[in-house]
This record gives sequence, structure tokens and C-alpha cells, in this order.
Amino acid sequence: MDSEGGKRSDPNAAKWYELFSRGARDWLRHDEKVREAVRSNLPEIIAGGDVITGGASTVRVPVRMLEHYHFRLRRAEESQGAGQGKAKPGDVLSDPSKEQRPGEKGAGGREEGGVQLLLDFKVDDIVDWLWEEMKLPNLKPRTGPSDESEWVREGWSRRGARSRLDRRRSFKELVKRRAAPGATPTFTDEDLRFRQLTRRRRPAVHAVVLFMLDVSGSMADRDRKLAKTFFFWVVQGLRRAYRSLETVFVAHTTEAWEFNEPDFFQVTGTGGTVASTGFAKVREIIDARYNPGRCNIYLFYASDGDNSVSDAAEARAGLGAIVADACFTGYIEVSSGLSRQLATETGKLFAELISGGCAAGSYALNDFEDVWGAVRHFFTIESEAPAGASPSGSP
Amino acid sequence: MSEDWQSYVRRIEELAARSGLKFHPVDFEPVPDSFMMEIAVYGLPVRMPHWSFGVRYIYQLIQRHMGHSRLFEVVFPGNPGHAYLAQSNGLAENILVTAHVLGHADFSRNNLLFRRCQEQVSERIVEHAANHARQISEAIEAHGAQRVEVALDAALALEQHVDIDQAVRRERYPEYLEDAKALVDDTFRKRFAALDPAVASTGMEAKKRAPLPPHPERDLLWFVANYAPEMESWERDIFLAVREESFYFYPVFATQIMNEGWASYWHARLLREADFVPQQAYLDAIKCHSDVVRPVAAEQQISLNINPYHLGFAMWEKIIAKDGLAAARSIMEQDDDFGFVRNHLTRELAEELDLFRYSARNDGQIKVLENDLTALHEALLAPKYNFGAPSVSAAHVRNDGTLELTHDSSTDGRGLDLERSRKVLDYLHKVWRRPIVLTTVNQAGSALELTSP
Repeated sequence: MDSEGGKRSDPNAAKWYELFSRGARDWLRHDEKVREAVRSNLPEIIAGGDVITGGASTVRVPVRMLEHYHFRLRRAEESQGAGQGKAKPGDVLSDPSKEQRPGEKGAGGREEGGVQLLLDFKVDDIVDWLWEEMKLPNLKPRTGPSDESEWVREGWSRRGARSRLDRRRSFKELVKRRAAPGATPTFTDEDLRFRQLTRRRRPAVHAVVLFMLDVSGSMADRDRKLAKTFFFWVVQGLRRAYRSLETVFVAHTTEAWEFNEPDFFQVTGTGGTVASTGFAKVREIIDARYNPGRCNIYLFYASDGDNSVSDAAEARAGLGAIVADACFTGYIEVSSGLSRQLATETGKLFAELISGGCAAGSYALNDFEDVWGAVRHFFTIESEAPAGASPSGSP
Repeated sequence: MSEDWQSYVRRIEELAARSGLKFHPVDFEPVPDSFMMEIAVYGLPVRMPHWSFGVRYIYQLIQRHMGHSRLFEVVFPGNPGHAYLAQSNGLAENILVTAHVLGHADFSRNNLLFRRCQEQVSERIVEHAANHARQISEAIEAHGAQRVEVALDAALALEQHVDIDQAVRRERYPEYLEDAKALVDDTFRKRFAALDPAVASTGMEAKKRAPLPPHPERDLLWFVANYAPEMESWERDIFLAVREESFYFYPVFATQIMNEGWASYWHARLLREADFVPQQAYLDAIKCHSDVVRPVAAEQQISLNINPYHLGFAMWEKIIAKDGLAAARSIMEQDDDFGFVRNHLTRELAEELDLFRYSARNDGQIKVLENDLTALHEALLAPKYNFGAPSVSAAHVRNDGTLELTHDSSTDGRGLDLERSRKVLDYLHKVWRRPIVLTTVNQAGSALELTSP
């Protein structure tokens, strides 16, 4: 027999399979398909509690591997197999390999379920897809008078600092001048052109979103999570419209405190609900740091709506003081379990505002599936409403 | 790869030829482990791209990371055969693998099923599959990756649905029903026809179109490629390419116990007889051999799967000890796993190997059943019936192009998995482009229709 029958190629030459992996190529295609699938079910997936924020700019979505389907028989109630080992008829073996362990193929090698992947998605991409998918409008930043100004380039001058010399332009001048008979062929001061800068006022594209969360004893964990999911996507949506977006987090029970973002969502409190303390805190922060003339102010308030009855007048006053300066004020009633549809103290307060023609809206958020309804609700009324006017909001 | 091993190859080949093995020359090629893994995933060194291979690839990666599987060699039949050896093999492993590969080469040259399929498809399956891959990458260039993927989704989903008893290059059905020729011999008819030829040929003997298909057709890949009402020709080519590869894979699938057993028997025997192998390499190789053919994983007492290497090896040893090599060779030539297990897995051997039959219930309870040799055979072979797929066949194409598929639940014992079947219909609908109806039975055993769209 001839073992040298085949070609023996240069052993040092790199073979194609050392340079290229088909498995990896087809794996990438699989990933792409998963992404497409995720994308088409995005609202459901993202709104679910499963999404983990992987970092500042990504979210991590758990997905299953795709299956390429074949005709299969349905699972039998009882099936027979052949095995090997010391076993007597009648022995009962419970076998762990028959149970689907994650990360392992089943005994038959045909089952490919079980493995979960975590895919990282860019928040920017997701927001883009969602806005496309849900046909959410892009917000028009409200431009107001602004003290801010910037230097912009505008025109040319014959004098200026050397660093602003525009060589191309100057050379063009030289060429033009030389076209006339009897002109000096070299550069003269006449030819030089300098770029000019002027100061220009910039419209306000600053925005601050104040999130106010009721953390009183009546707010369950799930309520806070609902609020968090909603807040997260509101921030993402507003970031699309504003180059610089600041966020402020305020939590209140019978008192109010300002928090940083990570702490904010961990806060739990006990005790009653006095919304006016929160509104006072927000007002205080606005007065101290944000000039309504230069800055677009948004307030989103999440609560279960059970404001103390004795606080009604004060809360109305406090809220009124904020609404006057804010671009938009939104109220989300997170009352998982009880769906009272905004028939609460705070709900009524906002209903008054809305019927009074302020830029405000409210939404009862009872379930994770509603998160997108809420986002859509607020963004639609915000974009339709010219500053000041306000359609009423209720799901 | 050590030159040492190269020097053994020829001597092992000579020894094998002296021992009566008849094989085509084999090209040995040491390749990196990563490539070995890809060959295992794709089944062929170069094959068409599809995302489902990516899924299998990642499972392989996971398995390998957990140290579950180690591949020593992959061999492709043909003239010449191709054997890929893992570069990480040591000398002893390579000597063993070389002998093992020659066992496979003998098997694939002489086994009738292998021979038939190789005659049908090609003696150079590796190049042939690479050609398909090239053809498909041309299709991708011409029609876009997405459209090709749609065709491959459907074709690969049906890859087990071929009729191996038909030729690869199969004729289309006759378009018309055959005339009842006997009548023409009738003297009255002859005289009648002579009276007025025009009347006789047009009126009475108008040809009848044959129904489509004339009988239930289980070669779905072929049927779709030939009779889909609105398929592009490049899509038909993809279906036929997948079908050819299935013809190649079938004998590998249907003779696994025999084939692996045969190769294991021969690597053990050649190794015993190879006096030129140094002592240490021999010991290492024998240890490797016993790892490969052991019945159950080391830490387990009882296995719910039967290692085909082990079963085949034990059966061949028994047959050769009892009836001699010549008888064994003729069994090797003529049988596939069905005949092999049913005829040669005897009661004594089953007892000796501690084989048992069990029933697994849906809730996870597994119970050992009483000894019954015939039932044991069938439990062992059941996953191999019909290329491991449910028996779905094309029953009828309606006038509007609607394809009717039927699932024969009486052979399979139960109905189809509805969710998966519906997805397969969705794949298929994208190339058939007319409605598809599939009949199967539900849990209660009454007929059920799935449709797409």
C-alpha cells in the first residue's frame, strides 16, 4: 500500500485552516441571528426584570441558543433505551444525565437546549431600535435664552494672529493678484487672510431630569424595580435629545433626601408619605443649581399615590411651584397588585394640573409589560405639547 | 508531528495488508486540534456555511473545555481515503490511530452499503463536499447571504429525509399513467382503430396525467428540488447538494457499531502483531485502546448509553473467535447495524456484557426492564430507524400547488412534536412558496393538521 499516495505539501506553509475558523464564522452568524431575534422582541425582553445593566453603556440580555428545527417525534410518556452495567430487572435508576443540566448535552446528543448566553447590547443601539420600533418621536429641545456662548469661526480678516492664518485662502489671493499684469510675484501682506472668530450665543440644550421616588413603607420592592426600569429608559430617551443631561435623584418618605444613582435604587424607608417634602427638596435643588431660563427641567415622580391627606394643600403648592418652571412633569403610579388607575391622592393632584393646562402627564404602571406603554405615553405627549399646553394623560 | 510516526505508517500498512485487510491508500494529515473539532462539527473538512453548525461548534467548545471529548482521528472513505490526525497525539496514540484508520479503510472499501453510496455520490467525498461549499459561496455572491440561508435552513432541516434505496441521480416520475397496453392487442380495438385513426387516437386513448407524487414520497429533499412549483434553480441545487451529502453520511450512520467495532478490533490485533513497535509505545497504545473501548465512563457503574466502540469490538471478537475471519469478513461486507445486531448480538454475549433494557418515564424515573433479547435489539436500534428521523412523506400536490405531507404515526408510534414541526414547515414554505399542510396525530391519537402559512 502506498502511504505517500497523497500530495505532501511544504510542512512549514500555513494551512488555510490555521488562518480561518469556519466554526467561529458560523457562530458569529448565529449570534447575529440572536441579535435580530432579540431586536424584534426588544420591548418585551428589555422591560422584563431580567436585564442586567452591564456597564455604563451596555445592557446584558440573557438569551437562549437558537435551535435549527427538524421534524421530531413528540416526547414520549415512556421510552425505552439500552444500557450497560450491573443492573437487575426491576432496578430503579434515577439518572442525572437524563435531566437537563445547563451547559451539557443531553444523553441523546440531540437536545441542544439549556445553554444560556449573555449578550451585551449597546444602550444607544437599543434606544435607536426602540424609538424606531415604537415610532417614538424625537424630542425637540426647548431652546430658551441662554447666557452660554461659544466661539464660532466666521469669515476672514486681513489681520490676525499668525496661528489663524488660512494658507489655502491666502494662496488663492496671491494667485488672483498675480493674474493682473505687473504684480509682484511673491506674497505680500495684502494676500494674507486670517480666520475670524465671533462669539455666538448658544441655545440651551442643557437638561436636568429630576427623579423623585416615594420610598415609604407602602412601596414594595417590585414597585421600586418598576420605577427603576421606567426611569432608566426615560434617561436613555432624554439623552437622545440632549447633549448634556444631568440627573438628580430624590427620595422621600416624610422627609426627603438627595441620593446618587446607585444608592437611589437601593433605598428603602419606612413610615408615611409626605410628598410635599419631596417637592420642597426638588424646588430647593432647582433654585440652588439650575436656572430655569437656561435649562430644560423634567421631573418624574414615582409613587404608589398614597399621600397623606393632611399634606394635600402643601403638596399642591409645592408641585405648582415646580410645574411653573419645568418643561414637563410626569407622574407614574406604581401600584403593583392594586390597579387603582390614578384614583389616589397624588393621582388627583396631577389630574388637577393636567386639566389646568400644565405640561404634565400621569400613567398607572402596574406591570413590567406596561413600561413601554408608559415611556410611549410620556414621550408622545411631551413632543406633541408645545410648551405650556397639555393633553390629559391616562392610559 | 514526529517523523517517528511516519516511519511506522508504511510498516503498519504492510502488516495490515498481510493480515487480509483490503483498503484504498489513505492520506494521513496531522492537523491542529481546533481543526479536528471543526471536522467533527461539520462532518466534513470543508462544508457549506450555516449558523446551525455554529451552534454545534459552541457546544463542542464547551464540551472540550469540560474535558469531555477528545478526538484522535477522523477518517473519510474514498480512493484515496483521507485521515486527519490530531497534532496533539503522541507517538503511541498515532500508531494506534493509524491501525484504526486502516480498519475503517478496509470497512469502507468492502462494506456494500458504503460501496453503493460511494459509487452513487463520489469516491472523493472530501473534494465533492468542498465543491458544494464553493457552489454555495457562489450562490451567496449572486443572490445574497440571506436568500441562501433561507434555502439552507429548509434543506438542512430535511437532511435526514432522503430515500437511500433510490439512486442519487434519480429520474423524475413518468408524467403520464401507463396505458393499459393489453387492450391494444384486442382484435376489435385494432379493427376499430383502423376505421378512423383520428377518432381512435384522440378520443379513446387520451393520456392520463399521473398524480403527483404517484406514491407517497419519503425523499423530501429530492421531491422538493424536483417538484417545487416556484423554486429558483440555484435553490434546487442547494437541496440536491445537501441530499448528496446525506447519501454520504447515511452509511457512516447506519454502520456505526460495526464500523467502529471493526476498526477497534483491527487496531488491537495489528498492535499485538506489530513486533516492530517499541515496548513503551505498545503499552501506551494498549492503554489508550482500553480507554476507547471501555463500556462505561470510569466513574460510573451503570451507563444508559452503549459505547458503540465497545459493543462492536466485543461482537467482532466473538464472531471471529467462533466462526473465523472469513465468515467475519463476509458479515462485514454484507450487513449494516440492523442485521449485525439482530443476527449476531446473542443472548450469551448480551449477558456477558451486562446489557440491559430500561424504560425512561417523562418524570425522570428510569426502570430496568426484564431480559428480552429481541426487545433489547430494538431498543438499541430504535434511534437508527429511518436515518433517525420521523417518517414524513409527501403525499400529494394539489392543483394550486399546496403540498400535503403526512406523518406515518403508526410506524413511529406517536405523533410529531408540533412546535418544531411547525417551524420546519415555515422553513420549507419559504422555498416551496405555496401552502403546506402536514397531517400527524395528537396526544390522543386523532388526526391533526399543521399548516404553513
